[in-house]
Amino acid sequence: MTKEKQQWGSRVGLILAMAGNAVGLGNFLRFPAQAVQNGGGAFIIPYLVCFLLLGIPLLWIEWSLGRFGGRGGNHSTPFILNEMGKKTMWKYIGVFGIFTNVAVAAYYCYIESWTLSYVMHSVVGTFNGMDQNAVSNFFTEYVDIEKSTLGIPYEAVVFYLLCLLLNTFILSKGLDGVEKVAKIGMPMLIMFGIFLAIRAITLKSGTDGALFDGVVGLNYLWTPDFNSLSNPNVWLAAAGQIFFTLSVGMGTVHCYASYLNSKDDVALNAMSAGWMNEFVEVVVGASIVIPITVGYFGVDGMLEIAKQGSFALGFKTMPYLFAQWGPILAPIAGVMFFGLLFFAGITSSLAMGTPWMGFMHDEFGWSRKMGAWSFGLFVLIIGLPTVFFYNYGVFDEYDEWAGTNSLFVFALAETILFAWIFGYKKGWEEVKLGADFKVPEFFKYVIGYVTPTLLVIVFLANIIKPDGNNWGAAFSNLFTDGWILDDSSLIKKITMSSLRTEIAQTTDATHLEFLKKKFNYTLLARGILIFSFALISYLVYRATKLRKKTF
Amino acid sequence: MGTTALTLMVCVQVTVTLITGYFFFKVLRAPIDKGEHLEMPDPLAEDPDKDLLAE
Repeated sequence: MTKEKQQWGSRVGLILAMAGNAVGLGNFLRFPAQAVQNGGGAFIIPYLVCFLLLGIPLLWIEWSLGRFGGRGGNHSTPFILNEMGKKTMWKYIGVFGIFTNVAVAAYYCYIESWTLSYVMHSVVGTFNGMDQNAVSNFFTEYVDIEKSTLGIPYEAVVFYLLCLLLNTFILSKGLDGVEKVAKIGMPMLIMFGIFLAIRAITLKSGTDGALFDGVVGLNYLWTPDFNSLSNPNVWLAAAGQIFFTLSVGMGTVHCYASYLNSKDDVALNAMSAGWMNEFVEVVVGASIVIPITVGYFGVDGMLEIAKQGSFALGFKTMPYLFAQWGPILAPIAGVMFFGLLFFAGITSSLAMGTPWMGFMHDEFGWSRKMGAWSFGLFVLIIGLPTVFFYNYGVFDEYDEWAGTNSLFVFALAETILFAWIFGYKKGWEEVKLGADFKVPEFFKYVIGYVTPTLLVIVFLANIIKPDGNNWGAAFSNLFTDGWILDDSSLIKKITMSSLRTEIAQTTDATHLEFLKKKFNYTLLARGILIFSFALISYLVYRATKLRKKTF
Repeated sequence: MGTTALTLMVCVQVTVTLITGYFFFKVLRAPIDKGEHLEMPDPLAEDPDKDLLAE
């Protein structure tokens, strides 16, 4: 089989694709929810500090690793890391850079399909005349796939398949397809976002059923509570937000950067894509959901909804609020909001397909079409349980292990490789090679010492999170009560402690039945993830054998 | 809207916008391709009638 050479068509296309990879639903839903829960305006201080000390260095590390691997014809992390680390172990750590993408795409495409479906429901006016409870129930019924919301049987499944098909088709066109979507999607997303932000800020109490001005929400979001800066949870939340918003620790940045020429700039490209993500998050994303929600529910109501998570803000609330804007503006706002979420989603999910395609092409000579369709099939097989058993926690389990913990493990490993094994001085030369701007020398030491240390702290903090997330009390009571773990700590999650306790304490037979099913489906989800990781590891093993035969 | 909140919002959003714009326009103005190209120079470029076999 002949190998097809792929390359980025233009530098702007690459930047938009990279920014599109980073910009996701979290920019519009997760960031504002995190900010209001962690000190409002003061959250921006730890957030920007973490962007400088964690975000930018990680972006440079990943771009440099990608270009470094691409020089040797490697476009996926197992062999990129192997080339830098020169030890077999790194190949298998690199498996995370393919596994995470396949597993995250499995449930991420499901979220993406909700946005597509909500665009359609906004156009046909499904939400008109519904009260907030009805809109909230609509989402609950939508994910309960046995119920039909628009006469389409298994509507959630239909939209999931449609979305996956669209992703696979675009991926089969190679980097050209990805670049075209980014060039259309990113400007549209920013345009829709600016329109909605203007509408949110100019929302006046007494008009369109609003109880408060939109600026009341902005005021709450940006009023700093400086006391929160002494709370370690706020810093951990900021580090987590920076980490997830930039899509680092996934292997997608490496893959995109591996298609650069050997002396192309990475320093400026990474800064441009990273800051574009910040613009979408801090300027556009922060100005839509919170002002609109506060306009109708007040600050207390908004906080109550935000506590229930990002989906509660986005899918259970916004359609009801848009419906208040009259017969013309309501569908327009719905299409724009869910349309922008769709573009944010698809530019990220497309990026998730490229590491698998790059790997299969490099190692087994698969064409991009075969790579794309095999990716689609893989995602479909492991993704359907997230659709069918959403209410039993399969979706959350994927998000926890593939979408959160895998990222930390991989980012920590690649940072240690780059800074301490390859050596941060040599690594710094890689970052500066071909740079189109003068990279501040200060970051050499940040990459060498600060970023790895910060990652270790954040990771450890997640593993041993204390009861009630109260670090002060945990340390002061260490010698009297011992270290009591919170249910959301990684150790307790591994043992499913919270679910086991709930099962033990439940007396209601129906609920007990549900919890037992949830327990089994959680095990099933973990089994699927472990099997997927093992399968990719086996492919890496086969690829290594093939390489030895060839050379 | 409170003065502190307004000041903080304007300062942060304007700064982020300016930095984003700065880097994006720097990308637009930077040289497009510095990559290594593996193509060999054409030996007949200067003298098309050159007898390569004789060399």
